[in-house]
Amino acid sequence: MSETLTTSEAGAGAGTVTLSLQGALNLALDELLAEDPKALVLGEDVGTLGGVFRVTSGLAAKHGAERVFDTPLAESGILGMSIGLAMAGFHPVPEVQFDGFAYPAINQIVCQLARMNYRSRGAVPMPVTLRVPSFGGIRAPEHHGESLEALFAHVPGLKVVSPADPQQGYSLLKAAVRMPDPVIFMEPKSRYWQKGEVVTEAAAAASAAAAASAAAAAAATNDGGRSLGAADLTDAGLTGARIARPGRHLTLVAWGAMVARCLQVADLAAEDGIDVEVLDLRWLKPIDAEALASSVGKTRRAVVVHEGPRTSGLGAEVAQLVTERCFGTLKAPVERVTGFDVPYPSGDLEDEYIPNIDRILFGIQRVLEYKRG
Amino acid sequence: MQTLGTRTTAAGRAGLAGAPREPLAELPAVAPVAPNELVELYRLMTSVRQLDVAAISWQRQGILPAYAPELGQEAAQVGSALALDPSRDFAFPTYRELGVARAFGVDMVEYMSTHKATWHGGLWDAATTHVAPIQAVVAGSVLHAVGWAHGQTLEAHGELPAQGLAVAITYLGDGASSQGDVHEAMNFAGVFKAPVVFFVQNNGWAISVPTEKQVAGGSVAARGAGYGIPAVQVDGNDAAAVLEATRRAVAHARSGHGPAIVEAMTYRRGPHATSDDPGRYRTLDEEREDAGQDPLARLRELILAEGAATEEILAEADAAGAAEAERVRLGVIALGPRRGAEMFDLVFQEPTDELLRQKANWREESEHE
Repeated sequence: MSETLTTSEAGAGAGTVTLSLQGALNLALDELLAEDPKALVLGEDVGTLGGVFRVTSGLAAKHGAERVFDTPLAESGILGMSIGLAMAGFHPVPEVQFDGFAYPAINQIVCQLARMNYRSRGAVPMPVTLRVPSFGGIRAPEHHGESLEALFAHVPGLKVVSPADPQQGYSLLKAAVRMPDPVIFMEPKSRYWQKGEVVTEAAAAASAAAAASAAAAAAATNDGGRSLGAADLTDAGLTGARIARPGRHLTLVAWGAMVARCLQVADLAAEDGIDVEVLDLRWLKPIDAEALASSVGKTRRAVVVHEGPRTSGLGAEVAQLVTERCFGTLKAPVERVTGFDVPYPSGDLEDEYIPNIDRILFGIQRVLEYKRG
Repeated sequence: MQTLGTRTTAAGRAGLAGAPREPLAELPAVAPVAPNELVELYRLMTSVRQLDVAAISWQRQGILPAYAPELGQEAAQVGSALALDPSRDFAFPTYRELGVARAFGVDMVEYMSTHKATWHGGLWDAATTHVAPIQAVVAGSVLHAVGWAHGQTLEAHGELPAQGLAVAITYLGDGASSQGDVHEAMNFAGVFKAPVVFFVQNNGWAISVPTEKQVAGGSVAARGAGYGIPAVQVDGNDAAAVLEATRRAVAHARSGHGPAIVEAMTYRRGPHATSDDPGRYRTLDEEREDAGQDPLARLRELILAEGAATEEILAEADAAGAAEAERVRLGVIALGPRRGAEMFDLVFQEPTDELLRQKANWREESEHE
C-alpha cells in the first residue's frame, strides 16, 4: 500500500538529519555493516576511494578492508563472486560503477543470481543487493546514463527498486539489503547531491518509543497525528509505492529521478488549476498495483513518465495494470512520456531525450483534453 | 599465524614494473595414495561407470529425455573429488560431473533428476551435500567457487584455522576455458588468494571442436603462470595420479596459499550428449587411438599388480555397482513430476504478490490441486 513518510508534529526537526542522497545511502550502508556482520560491500573503487560517487566513502576505514573491498575491474567477476559469497552465508552489496556496465555482468545477473534460489529449490538463497548508479542527466560518456529497469524487471527472480530522494534512498536500501532475495537497486545518479530531510531508523524508533510512552501516560489525549515508527521504515511502509504529492485531477506515475521532475510539473500545473497527484512507484518489481489502482481510481487519469526507451518500457506495464483495474472509470487512455527508442544520446542531446517539463505537460494536456469517439 | 587474504607486499604485486616476482609456490607434497585408497577409487569408479553406461540405455528406452555421459572421465572426476572433504569443502560441477556428485555422496536418483527433466538444477540439497546445483552456462559457476572460497578466507579473520581453510573445487572443461568468466575467476582468485582449486578436465572435445581449435597454447594449466597460480597437468586417466595431484592443490589452498590449477588430460569417449553424433567430426579409429587406456581397466591392473585387492574383491565392487545402477533405475522410473506450484513457490524466498496472483490464476484455470 502507498504510504507517505512524515514525521510527527512533535518529532519534526528533532529526529531528522539533512543529507544528500549520496550521504543517505552512505549512512544506510554504514548502519547495515554495523548491524549485520555478514554484510559486505564490494566493487570497483568502493574501498580506498569510496566509490566514484563517494557512496561508500569512509566505510572501508570504519568497517575494515575485508568487509568493504575493491575488486579487479570486471563486472561479471564482481557479480559471480557475490553469488559465491552469498552461497557461503554472506550478504554482499556489490556495486557496478555505472548502469551500462551491468551489461558485462548480464550472464551472472540473469542466468545465475536471479535463478540460484529457484535452481537450488530454495536451498541456496541469494541475499544480494546490486547497487547500480542509474539513469541520465549528468552529461556523462556512453553507457554512463542508461535505464535498465525494464530489462531487469523482465527477469524472473529479481526484484527492482529505485529511490527518488534521500529518505527513500536510506530506507529502501536498508529494506533491500535485509531481503533474502536479489534486489537491483537503481540509484538516480543525477540526484546524488540533492539534499533532503532523513528520518533515521534510530530517530524513528526513539520517536515511536516517545509516542508510546506519551500515549501510555496520557491515553486520552490522542490527537490523531501519527509518528513515523520503526515499522514504517522496515515493513509495510517500504514494500510498495508512495504518494509523493496528493492531487485530485490526474496521476503522474514516476520513479527515480523523474519523481522530482514530476513534482516540478505538478507545481506548474497547479498554477493552471490542475491538481496533480505524483505517485512514486519505488518498487519496479513488484509494482504496487493496488497503489496504482487506488490513485488512478481517484483521479481517473494517468500519465506514466520514465527515462528508458518507450517500446516495452515499464510504462506499458503500468498502463496495463491501470487499465485492468480502472478501465471503467478512466477518462482517457494512460499516456506515456518516455525516452525514445534510440541509444542514449551524448550529453549535448540528453535534454532532448529525457522527459522534460514541457513534454510531461503536453502529456497531461493530451489526457485532460481526450475526447471519446 | 599466517596472514590470509589479499597480498599487500610489493613482492606480492607480481607484474608491477620493477617489483620482484614472487616465485610460484611449489604445491606441497602429499603421502602416496595408499592401497586401500586405490580400492576405494575403484569402488566409486565402477559404480560411476555402470551408472553412466546405464543412463545411456535409459535415454534410449525413453526413461531419460537426454543424458550427457562422462565415459572415460571417471578417474578425473572421482580422483579429484576424493581429495576433498565433503563435510566442509564445496564442489561446483558442470552438467557432466556424475563422478564428482557420487563421490560427494549425492543421491544418484536426485542427481539423475536433472537429466530426467524433473528439475533443472537437480533435486539434491546443495546446502547439505556441498555440491552446487547443475547449471548449463559453461564456466558460469567458476566465479561462484571463487566467491565461496573468499568467504572462507573472510570467515578466518586473518588467522589460519588449525584444520586449515575449507576449499572450493570448481570443474570446467577445455571448452569452458574459452569463456571470459574463467579469466575473471582466475584473476580474482589470484588477487584475493582464494582457497579454490580449478579442476580442468581437458577431454579433447567441446562437442565437435577439438582442443587444438579451442585452447591457444594447448594448455589451460599454462595460464596459471600469468595469474601467479601454481598449476599442474596430470594424466587424467590415472586415478591415483589425479587424486595425488588434487590433494597437493587442495593442501596448498587449505594452508592459505591461495588457488591452484589442476589440468587433467583425459578423453571424452562418448558423445557430448545423447543427441550428439560424433561420427560427423571424428572416426572410430581416431577415437581408439586418442582415447588411450580405459581408466577403469588401468586402475584394475594397478590394484592387481600392487596386490591392493584380489579379483574377488573387485568383482564384488563391480556387482555392487551393478546393483546400485539397478536401484537408481527403479528410483528414476518412480520419479514423478514436481507439483506445478513449485514453479511459483521456489522463485523467491519471499514471493511477490504478483507471483502469488499468477499462481492462483494458474491453479484456477488449469484445475490443478
